[in-house]
Amino acid sequence: MSDKFKETVTVVEQKCIAADIYDLTLLTENIAEHARPGQFVSVYSNQADKILPRPISLCGIDKEKKTIRLVYRVTGAGTGTEEFSKLKKGDRISLLGPLGNGFTVEPGKRAFLIGGGIGVPPMLELAKSMKKSNEADFTVVMGYRNSDTFLLDEFQEQGISYVATEDGSVGTRGNVLDAIRENHLKAEVIYACGPTPMLRALKAYAKEQGMTCYISMEERMACGIGACLACVCRSTEKDAHSNVKNKRICKDGPVFLAEEVEL
Amino acid sequence: MNTSVDLCNVTLKNPVMTASGTFGSGAEYSEFVDLNKLGAVVTKGVANVPWEGNPTPRVAEVYGGMLNAVGLQNPGIDLFCRRDIPFLKQYDTKIIVNVCGHSTEEYVEVVKRLSEEPVDMLEINISCPNVKEGGIAFGQDPKAVEAITKEMKRHAKQPVIMKLSPNVTDIAEMARAAEAGGADALSLINTLTGMKIDIHKRSFVLANKTGGMSGPAIHPIAVRMVYQAARAVKIPIIGMGGIMNAEDAIEMILAGATAVSVGTANFINPQVTMEIIKGIEQYMEQYHVSDIRELIGAVP
Repeated sequence: MSDKFKETVTVVEQKCIAADIYDLTLLTENIAEHARPGQFVSVYSNQADKILPRPISLCGIDKEKKTIRLVYRVTGAGTGTEEFSKLKKGDRISLLGPLGNGFTVEPGKRAFLIGGGIGVPPMLELAKSMKKSNEADFTVVMGYRNSDTFLLDEFQEQGISYVATEDGSVGTRGNVLDAIRENHLKAEVIYACGPTPMLRALKAYAKEQGMTCYISMEERMACGIGACLACVCRSTEKDAHSNVKNKRICKDGPVFLAEEVEL
Repeated sequence: MNTSVDLCNVTLKNPVMTASGTFGSGAEYSEFVDLNKLGAVVTKGVANVPWEGNPTPRVAEVYGGMLNAVGLQNPGIDLFCRRDIPFLKQYDTKIIVNVCGHSTEEYVEVVKRLSEEPVDMLEINISCPNVKEGGIAFGQDPKAVEAITKEMKRHAKQPVIMKLSPNVTDIAEMARAAEAGGADALSLINTLTGMKIDIHKRSFVLANKTGGMSGPAIHPIAVRMVYQAARAVKIPIIGMGGIMNAEDAIEMILAGATAVSVGTANFINPQVTMEIIKGIEQYMEQYHVSDIRELIGAVP
C-alpha cells in the first residue's frame, strides 16, 4: 500500500558523540530499505503523556543491515529526546517512516553540501550516497558553534570538507558562508540543512551567484504525513495541493527549492 | 453481531469515524488504513474560498494532549468538490463534510454548493476556537446556535450535524438550542481553548497565542458533556474528544453517543481507527452484546 511504515524497532547501539548530541542506530524491518537521504522518521515516546512523535532526520541508512542512524540533540530535561538518549542496546521504540521527500541530486552539477548545527547529520548520508553513486562532485561545508564538531571526521572520509565555528576554535571563524568566501569555494548547486537564518543567507547567496539551492526545513509537526496542516511553510507561488501559498514541510518537503519557499 | 448504527437515516457499518481536521480528506491516511472499513470519513473543514490559516508554529504538545491553531486552512469548496469528494467516492464509506465560514452567508454558500454533491451528511463547525470571526462566535450563544442551525437546515439537502464547542458554561443548553433550530444530530466536543508559554523565551509557543486542546487529557470532559447533551436532546450524538482506543470509544457510546470520531489519536498511530473497530467487536463478544445499539446511552 505504501512506502511508509509504522514499526517497533530495536536499538542496535547508542552513544553520546558531543555535548547533548546522541548517535542512535536502529534495526528496522522496512524503513531502512525504503529510505533515502534527506528523509526523516517520526519517533514516538514510550510515555503516554507525550503524545506527539518527534521528527528526526536520517543521518545514516544501511539497506544491507536494515539499520538507520539518528543523530539528534537532547533539547532539555524531561523532553522526548532526553528519553530517547537513555535507550540502550535491545530496547524497543516505535517509528513511522521514512517520511518526506528527501534530496534529489542534480547529476553532474558540482555541489556544496552544507549543514549547520543539528542540520549537520542529514547531510552525512547525502555525502555518502553521492560519493558512492558518483553522481556529482561535492565540497562539504559544516558550521558548528564551537570545537564540538560532531560527525566532521566522517565527512572528511567522504571528501573535501571545510568547517566554520562561531567561536573560531576550528576552521573559519563565523558561519558557513564565511568559510566558502575565505576558501574561494565554487559550486553550481547547494544542498543544505540548518537553522532558518543560515538557510535564508544561503538562499540569498545562491540567487546572487546564480546557483540552484535546495534547503531542508523544519517546523513543529503532528501527523507527519501531510494530513493535519500543522507544519506548513509559506510558498512563493500558490501550491497545487493546498490551493493557497502554503506547503506541507512533512509531505511536500522537508527539502524544497529555496526559491519555492519564503524564509 | 451487529455493529452498524443509524445516524439521521444514514446507516454506518460501524460507529467509528474520523474527527474533522485530523484526517484531511483521507488521502494521506489511505496509505495506512482501509477507508472502506470506516463508518464514515469526516473531512477537514471547508469554506467557500481557500483559507491560508494561521502562522506557524501551529501545534504544541502539552501533558497528555496537544494544542493546535491551524486556523482552518483549506483549499476552498471548488477544489474540494473536484478533488476530495471524487477521491472519497472510490471507497465504501460514508462522507461527512465539515463546513466552516466567517459569516452565515459563507456557511450558506458552502452548504448550497454541497447540496448537488454525493455527500451523506454535513457537519457545521460553529466551534473552532482558532479563527477570529465565525467559528466559535456562533457556538457560544444559544440564540446564535439556534439561528445558524435554522439557516443551515433551510439550505441543506443532506442531514445537518451541528458541531458544538465545549467552551461554554452549559452544554445542554447549546444542545437544546441546536435541536430547536432543527439539527439532525450533534457532534461534540470540539477542542478546549488553551495556551502554552515557553518560559525560556518568555513568549507563547503558538503563533496564535491560544489553541484548541485535544488528546487523552480532555476525554473525561468530553464523556461528561456527551452524557449531559444526550440527556438533554432526542437527536443522535457523535461523541469525540480524546478517544485513544476502543475502551474510550465504548465509554463515549455508553455515555450516549450513537457514533464516535477519532482525532488526535491518528497522529500517534495512523492505524488506530482500525484497532478501535476491532476492539469494539472484541468487547461485544466478551460481554455477549449482539447489537451495538444496546450500548448507546446504556449507563443509568
